[in-house]
Amino acid sequence: MNHQVLEKNSIFLLIGILLVVAIGGAVEIAPLFWVNGTIEKVDGMRPYTPLELAGRDIYVREGCYVCHSQMIRSLRDEVERYGHYSLAAESMYDHPFQWGSERTGPDLARVGGKYSDEWQRAHLADPRSVVPESVMPPYVFLEKTPLDYRDIADVMRANRTVGVSYTDADIANATADLEAQANPDSDGVDAFKKRYPKAQARDFDGNPKEVTEADALIAYLQMLGTLVDFKTYHANTRENRR
Amino acid sequence: MPPVTDRAYRYDLAVLPALVGAGLIAALVEAARSPDPAMIVQAWTFAACMLGIGIFYLVNYGGGVPSEETSGYRNNVVKAGVIAAMLWGIAGMLVGLIIALQLSFPNLFYFPDLPWTNFGRLRPLHTSAVIFAFGGNVLIATSFYVVQRTTRASLFGGSLPWFVFWGYNAFIVLAGTGYLLGITESREYAEPEWYADIWLTVVWVGYLLVFLGTLIKRKEPHIYVANWFYLAFIVTIALLHLVNNLSMPVSLLSTKSVSVFSGVQDALIQWWYGHNAVGFFLTAGFLGIMYYFIPKRAERPIYSYRLSIVHFWTLIFIYIWAGPHHLLYTALPDWAQTLGMTFSVILWMPSWGGMINGLMTLSGAWDKLRTDPVLRMLVVSVAFYGMSTFEGPVMSVRTVNALSHYTNWTIGHVHSGALGWVGYVSFGALYCLVPWLWKKKQLYSNALVEWHFWISTLGIVLYITSMWVAGIMQGLMWRAYNDYGFLEYSFVETVQAMHPYYIIRALGGALYLAGVIVMAYNLWRTVRSGVAASAETAPLFVAEAVS
Repeated sequence: MNHQVLEKNSIFLLIGILLVVAIGGAVEIAPLFWVNGTIEKVDGMRPYTPLELAGRDIYVREGCYVCHSQMIRSLRDEVERYGHYSLAAESMYDHPFQWGSERTGPDLARVGGKYSDEWQRAHLADPRSVVPESVMPPYVFLEKTPLDYRDIADVMRANRTVGVSYTDADIANATADLEAQANPDSDGVDAFKKRYPKAQARDFDGNPKEVTEADALIAYLQMLGTLVDFKTYHANTRENRR
Repeated sequence: MPPVTDRAYRYDLAVLPALVGAGLIAALVEAARSPDPAMIVQAWTFAACMLGIGIFYLVNYGGGVPSEETSGYRNNVVKAGVIAAMLWGIAGMLVGLIIALQLSFPNLFYFPDLPWTNFGRLRPLHTSAVIFAFGGNVLIATSFYVVQRTTRASLFGGSLPWFVFWGYNAFIVLAGTGYLLGITESREYAEPEWYADIWLTVVWVGYLLVFLGTLIKRKEPHIYVANWFYLAFIVTIALLHLVNNLSMPVSLLSTKSVSVFSGVQDALIQWWYGHNAVGFFLTAGFLGIMYYFIPKRAERPIYSYRLSIVHFWTLIFIYIWAGPHHLLYTALPDWAQTLGMTFSVILWMPSWGGMINGLMTLSGAWDKLRTDPVLRMLVVSVAFYGMSTFEGPVMSVRTVNALSHYTNWTIGHVHSGALGWVGYVSFGALYCLVPWLWKKKQLYSNALVEWHFWISTLGIVLYITSMWVAGIMQGLMWRAYNDYGFLEYSFVETVQAMHPYYIIRALGGALYLAGVIVMAYNLWRTVRSGVAASAETAPLFVAEAVS
């Protein structure tokens, strides 16, 4: 083709550019929405509880993802250091994903349950009090700041709009469930546990008087990577081979 | 068509102030109604920006159309872009230095009572300020300058170029203050929230209209190669921005939104965006600068017209496939990883085609490198471009990426491209532009350009070598096993090992920033006291080798 056609007509040039840059993205991205096996079949995944969701928002707000990945690669040393490699299914409710790109600090994909709430609290408030060599910023304000969860039902509704399977009951009880998870002695715990099986309900920040931002963030950290039942997951079955 | 001296024919003077007014009203409604304190701060900030733009329109157009718009080239908006780029550049690099010091000396540079000074909030401020505020203003200024000279037409759209300039900088202010308040979508290099994204979309449509409109009314039969690259940058960034930022606001009064996509699909869309923000914002756009300013400064035609064509189309076709190399060994399906890796390796070829085209333009003028430090900066930028675009394909090979991913090697790679290529090609262009725009015979001091060049080159060397060593060491320590078959190092031992390299990196960054401050002083003195040029010193059109 004679290149002058494009060089002398700005609209042809514009259309040419659009066509050429559309191909690569379309071929790579579109199939992810319909190729079977892009997301593995697993047992145990559930949407975030309201408190975990609020904690996740704090994780995003503070930019934790700029230093901590949540994606264990399928390499021997990573699996031995952090646990089973991450599955696509484990971030299926993450809008947006939190895989990260840097490990200035360690991967957090399976940090849930690895440390006690007390350790998490002390570490967040003053990282160098428990890990002297750490370069992490201090987050002492989290345990001093009451959690603002006035919009938690709206956040869940927005998540439902984009595909997270919250029920009407989940959304109607959002505030009650959030408060119940942070207060194990409250009446709402049973109903909460029925809606979110195996969710952990306790006073995460050690301050029973109020629900703080530390409650939410620690609730989120303590459930990371704990949902999938790896006893029933078989990587080599046909539907999980990718 | 009637001459556009009469305000009656100026639709832009009706539409654009109306847009600014709509922005102001939306901001005031948010400020009055939102229960979210962060949104209220954002709303007042944006309202102030809109008010500022409104006042600008009143002052500039209240008494009639400024004479500049009815005769000759539009230089004032280019001047504004140059000034904004210098201010944002210094601010963005200063934030970079601060966060480098935070990682080096956490006990000194963190403040427990000031959440907004923490690394997690300042890092997006640094990246956005240097890429989008500094780089974006350089691109707006140079594209507006270049497209006029190479089409021999003045900018299209009346006041639209000014709307693009002010609107874009209002977006920067909204995004930057948002990060400090903890407002982020957590999508790297696309962190601004939904309302800022909408505003940027409006501004970007204006940018495309100015650029395309100027091309359409050109008086040259051919569209010069620099403009192909600028056009590809503007169009593709629009496409990437629209898809990557699809999100559902929690409410119209909330700063929060949730991404339409989740997990693995979201990850690939984000890195399709992320890698092509590098490919089209930081590469195609700045290649537009290379294709105009190097031949201009060297007073030689582009080395090969044919190579320009091959370079352009292969580069934009292949770049878009490379995103998955950010996700090797992750939960992204293997076929997508393999495609991404393959195209990343192929990408080496068009990248070097461009480098060769830029460097060989010096044929017959190599001696100028000795006497003209501005040309040297431009040429060294192309050398850094070649280095980074070789390193990138190497790092996207699976086995190399297994070592390099998640480490400081990536930081080193990014900065060899950012400081060496984007930084130097921008500085070279700005050093050219300031005397041309302010009609000065030459820069205030060539010696200060030499100082800038050598201080910042030393800074780059310290920065990238320290990050290479740190990154490779980090990767090797993570995977090291002892004789008993256990992992040899705990994670925090690898953090501790980074300490000296973080300090060297901060020193490198400080030198680079010092160089830019020297540059700002030099440019300021040029504007204030340089010897006036007798006539327009910038020739109007670059001779193009047309086959």
